[in-house]
Amino acid sequence: MTLLKIEGMRVEFPSRRGSVVAAKDVNLELASGEILGIVGESGAGKSTIANAVLDLLEPPGIMPQGKVYLEGNRIDGLPIEEMRKIRGKKIGMIFQDPLTSLNPLQTIQEQLIETITTHLAITEKEALIRAIELLEKVGIPEPAIRIKHYPHQFSGGMRQRVVIALSLCAEPNIILADEPTTALDVSIQAQILDLMRKLVKETKVGMIIITHDMGVISDICDRVMVMYRGDVVEVGTTKKILGNPDHPYTRSLISAVPRPDKRLHRFPLVEYIEEAGVPQKSIDISTHWLGKARDFGKKQDALLRVKNLEMRFLTVNSIFKSKRKYLHAVDDVSFDIKEGEVFGLVGESGSGKSTVARLITGIYKPHAGNVIFNGHDLTKLGKGRDANKVRRQMQMIFQDPFSSLNGRMRVGDIVAEPIKFHKLASSNAEVKSIVNDLLDHVGLGVIAAKKFPHEFSGGQRQRISIARALATRPRFLICDEPTSALDVSIQAQVLNLLKDLQEELSLTMLFISHDLPVIRQVCDRVAVMKHGKLLEIAETEDLFESPKTDYSKHLIELMPRLASTPASV
Amino acid sequence: MSDFWRRFFDNDLWWSFKSSPLVVIAFVITIVIIFSSAFATFVAPYNPFDLAQFDLMDSLKPPAWMEGGTSKFFLGTDDQGRDVLSTILYGSRVSLLVGFMSVFFAMVIGIIVGLIAGYSGGWVDALLMRIADVQLSFPAILIALLVDGVVRGLLPKGSHDDLAVYVLIVAIALSFWVQYARTVRSSAMIERTKEYVQAAQVIGLPQPLILFRHILPNVMGPVLVIATIQLALAVITEATLSFLGVGVPPTSPSLGTLIRVGNDYLFSGEWWITVFPGVALVVLVLAVNILGDWLRDALNPKLR
Repeated sequence: MTLLKIEGMRVEFPSRRGSVVAAKDVNLELASGEILGIVGESGAGKSTIANAVLDLLEPPGIMPQGKVYLEGNRIDGLPIEEMRKIRGKKIGMIFQDPLTSLNPLQTIQEQLIETITTHLAITEKEALIRAIELLEKVGIPEPAIRIKHYPHQFSGGMRQRVVIALSLCAEPNIILADEPTTALDVSIQAQILDLMRKLVKETKVGMIIITHDMGVISDICDRVMVMYRGDVVEVGTTKKILGNPDHPYTRSLISAVPRPDKRLHRFPLVEYIEEAGVPQKSIDISTHWLGKARDFGKKQDALLRVKNLEMRFLTVNSIFKSKRKYLHAVDDVSFDIKEGEVFGLVGESGSGKSTVARLITGIYKPHAGNVIFNGHDLTKLGKGRDANKVRRQMQMIFQDPFSSLNGRMRVGDIVAEPIKFHKLASSNAEVKSIVNDLLDHVGLGVIAAKKFPHEFSGGQRQRISIARALATRPRFLICDEPTSALDVSIQAQVLNLLKDLQEELSLTMLFISHDLPVIRQVCDRVAVMKHGKLLEIAETEDLFESPKTDYSKHLIELMPRLASTPASV
Repeated sequence: MSDFWRRFFDNDLWWSFKSSPLVVIAFVITIVIIFSSAFATFVAPYNPFDLAQFDLMDSLKPPAWMEGGTSKFFLGTDDQGRDVLSTILYGSRVSLLVGFMSVFFAMVIGIIVGLIAGYSGGWVDALLMRIADVQLSFPAILIALLVDGVVRGLLPKGSHDDLAVYVLIVAIALSFWVQYARTVRSSAMIERTKEYVQAAQVIGLPQPLILFRHILPNVMGPVLVIATIQLALAVITEATLSFLGVGVPPTSPSLGTLIRVGNDYLFSGEWWITVFPGVALVVLVLAVNILGDWLRDALNPKLR
C-alpha cells in the first residue's frame, strides 16, 4: 500500500537575487513497512523535501509545483489547522539533535501525555499507560520510573529513544527522520538504527530517513534516493545503489567514503563533486620558491620528539595550593615523529589530541615535559628572530574552515602575511607572484586572491588554510581534524591534496582525527589517545589488523562499514 | 573605484537601508543638520557671535508668521536681538563638535582598554574591568561635573570660557568609554579563541599585531553601533551640562545653552527662544538614534 506519494515537487527560496531552487522534480512513493533513505551532501535539498511535505518550510520557502498525497488524499495546500492535525497524528518526526528536540523544563511524562491526549481521544490515565508502553517499546529500562525524569537525566542515546517514542505517540503511519543518528556516538547509532528497523517491521509504518551517511543507508534502508544540488540523481534498492550505481555522482560519493578495510593511495573518482575550478598549474618544485631552502640541514631520524608532555587546566581555583583542582588534558605523553612520515593521533573528543597539537606549536605552554624539534627544545625557546626561524618550519591547519580565516582580510593578504612577516621574499611583486602560485597550486586559481573568505565554500576555505600554512615553507605540518567539518566528497579531495603536497614537498605531518577510516587512508604510524594518556603507538596496518589494547579494539569494531562496496572501485 | 561602488550597492546593508523609508528620512535629516551646521557661516542668515550684526532693538521678536514678526528673522530673535535660526545653526555646530569628539575619544580609550582586557585575561582583565565598574557606578553627569569642577579649580579665572568646549569633550569622553570597553572586551574574548587568531600565533606574529590587525577589525561592528547611539547621548549630555550652567558660555552658545537661556523667557510669552532649539535637539537626537538602531539590527545576523 502506498502511504506517501510525491509528484513533481519543486521547492524554491525566493530572495532579492532571484529564486534558489532547493529541490526540483522530486517523485517518490513510500510503502508501509518500508524504509526509504534520502542521501546527499549539505545543500542537496534532502531536509527541504521533508519540510515541504509537512508544510514546515522555513520562510521564505515555497512549493510552487508538485502534489503530495497521504494515503491517496492530497495534503499540499491544506489549511494550517488541518495540516497541524496531520503532523504528529499521521506523520511522526524524529530530529537530529535529541538535546534540543525535548523540552528541558518538562518531565518526559508531561511531554508524552500532552502529545498523546492532543491526538487521541483518551483520558490522561489511559495516556499514561500508553506512554509507559511506548517507552518500553523503544527499549528504555524501568519505564514506569524513568517516565518521571527530565530530559537531562537521560544520556544522548536514551534521549533519542524518547524522541522516537514521542513520534510514535499518535500511531502515525509515516515517520520522517532527519539525520536521526548524526549527533550520536557510533556505538549508540547502531542501537538506535536497530530499534528503528525493528519498529518499522513490527508496526508496518513507512519511514523516510534523511542522512549524509552512506553507512546509515547501508545499515537500515530498503530503498535509496540520491540527491545532488536539488536534483534527484538516482533512485533504487540499497543493494543496487551501493553495489552498482548508474549515476557518476553516486559512484563518486561512494568512493569518497574512506575505506576502513584497505589503504588506497588516493581517493578515486572525486572529480565530479566540486566545481571543476581552475586546473592546477604544475610547478617545478626544484626550481620554484616553494622548493627553495628545502634543505634544512642534516636529515635526522626523529624530526619531532615529544617527551613526557604534561598539560593541566585549572578547574577549581583556590588560594591554597592543595585545594586547587586540575583537569589533566595531556598526561605524560611521549612520541617521536620521523622525518617525512605522516603520524596519526586518534582518539575520541576530549582525549587531549588537539591540546597536544597546540602544545607543539606553542599556542599553549606545557606544564612539564619537552618538545624537541630538529634539535631545538621548543619549550625553552624564547621569542625573537631565532625562535621565529624555528617556528616557521612548523605550521598548522585547523578544523573549522569558517573561524580559521580572518573574515576581514582578503585571501591574498591572508596568504601573504606569513611571507611578509618572515621576510621570505625580497619585493612586494615577488610576494604577489608567490601568493598567486600558492593559490593556484592548492586548486583555487589566481582570482581567489582578490576575494574575501566568506565567498568560498568550506572545502575551498580549507584550501586557503593549506595555502597559508605552506606560505612559510614549512617542514612540518600539523593537521588538526582538517576534514571533520567537510562533506565526504570534499574530504576526499582535501585529503588527496594534502597527500600530493606531502609527497611533493616531502613534508612531515602530524595528522589528528577521530575518524579511524581517514587515519587508515592517510597515516603511516598511529598513536591512540584516551583521557590525555597515550595508549598505543603502532604502524597503521598493524593497529587495524591486530590492535594491542582493548580500547583500540573497541574503537576499530565501531568503525562504520559499507555492507557492499561498488564494483567500480 | 567602480569595483568599490559595485560592491557597495550590492551590499546587504545598502539594501536594508534602501528598503526602510524611516531610516532614509533619518539619514537625510542627520546629513542636513550636520552640513548646515558645519557650513553655518554660509548657511545662516546672520553671525550671532558678531556683535556688530545684531541690535538690541530687534530683541524678542516673534517668528515671522506671528503678529509682530518680521521676515528678517524667520524663527524670531532672543533677548539680545540675535536671530534664533542662526543661533540654532551655530549652536548645533558646538553640540555636534562636542558629540563627535567625545564619542571619538571615548571610543579610542574604550577599544584599547577592552582589547587589552579581553585578550590578556587574568589579573589585567580583572583590574581594568573593576576600574570600569567603579566608573560605571557614577552617573555620566556626575563625572562630567567633577571633571569640570576640577578643571575650573586648576585653571586661572577667565581662561575657562575659552577652554569650556574641550573640558566638555574630555568630561563626556571619560564618562562614556566604559560601554566601549565592555563590548570590545567581550567580543575580543570570543575572537581570541577563534582559530584564525591561533593561526596568527603559529605564524609567529607578535601580540600587538594580532590585536590590532586581526582582532580589532572583527570587533568593530558592535562598536560602530554603540558609537551612533552614544553620539545622540553625548549631544544630550552636553545640552544637559550646558543647561546646568557648567557647559559652554552664552557668548558661543550650544543647543543646551540656548535652551537654558530661553527657559527664562518661557513664562513671559517668548516661547520661541527655547522651543526651537529644543525641537532642533530632539530632531537631531531622534534621527541619529533611529540610524543607530537600524545599524544595530542590520548588522545583527540573528535579526536579519
